[in-house]
Amino acid sequence: MTTKVLAIDDSRTIRNLLRVSLENAGFEVHSACDGQEGVDIFPEVDPDVVITDINMPNLDGFGVIDTLRSGPNRTNVPILVLTTESSDKLKSRARASGATGWIVKPFDDASLVSVLRRLTGHVS
Amino acid sequence: MSGNAIRDTFFEECEELLEALVEGLAQMEEAPDDLQVVNAVFRAVHSIKGGAGAFALDRLVTFAHTFETVMDKVRDRDLSVDDRLMALFHRSGDMLSDLVAAARDETPLDPAAEGELIEALESYLGPASEEEEFSFDAVSLDLGGDTPASLPEIPLAKIADSAPDGAATGPASEKTYRIRFTPTRALYENGHEPLLLFDALAELGTLCVLLDLSGLPSFDAFDPQDSCLDWTLLLTTAEPETALDEVFEFVEGLCTLEITTAPPPAPTEAELPTPDLPQPAARPAPPAAESAAAPPPPKPEARGPKPTLRVDLDRVDRLINTVGELIINQAMISQRIEELDLPTVAHLTNELEAYKLLARDIQEGVMAIRAQPVKPLFQRMSRIVREASDATGKKARLVTVGDSTEVDKTVIERLADPLTHMIRNAVDHGLEHPERRLERGKEAQGTIRLSASHRSGSVFIEIADDGAGLDRAAILRKAREKGLVAPEVELTNPEIDNLLFLPGFSTANQVSNLSGRGVGMDVVKNAVQALGGRISITSIPEKGTTFTIVLPLTLAVMDGFVISVAKETMVVPIASILETIRPNARDTHVIGTSSEVVKIRGSYVPIVDVAANLGLDAGDADRGGSILLLVSTETQGLTALRVTGIHDQRQVVIKSLESNYAAIPGVSAATILGDGKIALILDPDELIKLSRLSEPEGTETKLMPEPGHV
Amino acid sequence: MSETAEQKTDDLFEFITFSAGQQSYCLEITQIREIRRWTPVTALPHTPSDVLGVMNLRGAVIPIFDLAARFGLGPTPANERNVVIVATVSGMTVGLLVESVSEILSVETSAIQETPDIKSEATRNSILGVISVNQSMVRVVNLDAVLDTQGPVQT
Repeated sequence: MTTKVLAIDDSRTIRNLLRVSLENAGFEVHSACDGQEGVDIFPEVDPDVVITDINMPNLDGFGVIDTLRSGPNRTNVPILVLTTESSDKLKSRARASGATGWIVKPFDDASLVSVLRRLTGHVS
Repeated sequence: MSGNAIRDTFFEECEELLEALVEGLAQMEEAPDDLQVVNAVFRAVHSIKGGAGAFALDRLVTFAHTFETVMDKVRDRDLSVDDRLMALFHRSGDMLSDLVAAARDETPLDPAAEGELIEALESYLGPASEEEEFSFDAVSLDLGGDTPASLPEIPLAKIADSAPDGAATGPASEKTYRIRFTPTRALYENGHEPLLLFDALAELGTLCVLLDLSGLPSFDAFDPQDSCLDWTLLLTTAEPETALDEVFEFVEGLCTLEITTAPPPAPTEAELPTPDLPQPAARPAPPAAESAAAPPPPKPEARGPKPTLRVDLDRVDRLINTVGELIINQAMISQRIEELDLPTVAHLTNELEAYKLLARDIQEGVMAIRAQPVKPLFQRMSRIVREASDATGKKARLVTVGDSTEVDKTVIERLADPLTHMIRNAVDHGLEHPERRLERGKEAQGTIRLSASHRSGSVFIEIADDGAGLDRAAILRKAREKGLVAPEVELTNPEIDNLLFLPGFSTANQVSNLSGRGVGMDVVKNAVQALGGRISITSIPEKGTTFTIVLPLTLAVMDGFVISVAKETMVVPIASILETIRPNARDTHVIGTSSEVVKIRGSYVPIVDVAANLGLDAGDADRGGSILLLVSTETQGLTALRVTGIHDQRQVVIKSLESNYAAIPGVSAATILGDGKIALILDPDELIKLSRLSEPEGTETKLMPEPGHV
Repeated sequence: MSETAEQKTDDLFEFITFSAGQQSYCLEITQIREIRRWTPVTALPHTPSDVLGVMNLRGAVIPIFDLAARFGLGPTPANERNVVIVATVSGMTVGLLVESVSEILSVETSAIQETPDIKSEATRNSILGVISVNQSMVRVVNLDAVLDTQGPVQT
């Protein structure tokens, strides 16, 4: 069983970075380029963990969390927020909205993978 | 994908983001209150910052961050946008673009300008800008590629102290922590799994997990969504307590957590009193079997961001070349079959025709790959307008039309410099100063209109200003001073306008900040001609001046007449030919010793003998059987080219002469005909110019009057 | 300098020798793409007389130079044995008309001598060195210099 990651970010660079880092660590990576697409493909991908950017067109990161955490198809899948800010305000907002954790950009491979492992039990 | 490739994508993406930024800023001018527009601008800057951080491009990060913070205030309606701020945003956008370019090309950039802008931006943040701790640890990714050398560094405002805690902690200082952990329901809802937290703890040292089920409700009151378990954990580790905090960082507030330092562990930890439950949940790393499985096959992206494909340009060009060969090959086969003179070839001809059409289809398809919208090029011009109006004290705005018009990539690239020059000229020479405009009843702000369109198989690009129009008296005076026009020669208005394109002609009365760069309109004209295009000029006093550039859709093929000149086979672009004429002897006249003219509908048009001008032996016996091609060129007026015969009209593949040799005067390129032989493609404009140069002196500046019937 | 010096794999160089203007010349084999029979070319207007014209080499338009004329030795007379040596230099592909091709010469670096101190600088520049083979002298052509000049090499 491979661990599936759904990476949602409107920046191609960040999507690429995530893909490379995570595939190297043995994850299966699916990408979406905005919140709406992420939410749309979520059922089809059925990921073990979601990584989402906050600031995105169409549906932002909080919108993604909100959609995944409420409504008829709500899920307890871990959701990690990618952010350039590491303020406590943002952290508590993320936590309150239902995010499982956060990663501060720029991220390095090792800590990204270790956070994901911690949330999914993934073994590389 | 290697680290370098990702870096390349980053810069590619930056181009797109900068484009979106420029566009967003332009929209902000129209609708400063449109939150969506402000958001788009914010996001563009934010994404650049995000990517730049990954590559440790600190200078870019710092600037983007400041820019973004101000934009954020606008987004939060803490700051309203006035002209001054708008101008600052534009300048910041330009600076961001410069910083991206400097980072990409690893070229130095003077930090002074950006420092000044950062200061200006910060002035909008107020003194006590409660900017949240902006910790941007300089983490660079080791992706195996060359890590880009970072630019001269500007110290980051607030670099988080990332010194590792308790670095001095040795293995000797093992401690045992007693952790009481009671999750709330929200912990599960937020996607956490206590057992995974314990795994993380187990990695720090030796972990013993005790589960307390006392909180478990009776079966009928049991809500599977509710949390009712309660753990006590004993962790013996050499790691500092902060390592524990880190493990629980994400669940802070989602559980009750008590961490106390337990007394040193008893030597026989295993004998700790085990509560009611039989299973100590100490979890070592999960079984290796799970991970022994082969690495997952990389799956294609479930649904890509945009269905686009990024292809190395070389590959496209190779394909275009090969398709060119295919077309030539098709022409050769057709010709060979014709030569065979087979009795019944009707079906074969049909098949050949189908082959020809298919080959054309492929060619068009391949060419379309190279076509790109002019939008990015046009957008760059708004900066030029801004800079030029700053430098001249004139007020100008750029209006673009037809942004989505697609043009060959090379054309776009090679058009950047000429366009920049023309836009600068339009502001510098075209527009009047605000006071003068007001005097004339015009808006103080002048308009430069840049438009692109496809018309009859060509691309038209127009640069129009609403300025004073050309000062023809001044132009003529200058041309006479410089000896470009003989004093007694009278010129029509279009002829005067075209003097601008003469080498060494400069119109500025005084060298302004912008002109005096040694680039004249002749350079622009050469650049346009090198692309197989032509440029013309129209001007109406007090209404403005318009430059029109007409370019071929592609640089790779062209429609031409296959002609013979003396014994050589050559090609003339159809676009330049107005009509073909078989002259009667009584219509042609000799003027002076050698100049010939032909009378066409009452006007006398000079004849240029192609063979003579190319130094070919005309073998002038068949002069009577010769054909005249009436061409109208931008600068040389109406002229008749004398050739020996016209054979065919066909699309030819353009082959550069310069790639293996050099440019030849009067010849724009070469092509390969059906028989495999090379035919030169004539450049009528240059050819006529050459003929003027070789004529007896005194006649070279006497341009032919534009006949009324054209 | 041309690639000759850079491309040595070991100490042995291979040259193709040919005759132009009744003198013996050679070119390093790695610079040569192919040798073709002479076929009529399309003349180019406004070019020096040593530029014979252009030829279609599998879809590429390449110029053909008369090497003897380029060296100031007069035009190469038409002959069945005439060949065109197609060579690549500085990213350009060009053809050189020569009288005939003779042989492949395998020599050590040490056998290549510096160009004797002759008077004409142009000639000296167009030759990288000389190799002596059986009492005769073979001139190593410096393609860069030959093709760099706008007109024929002045001798």
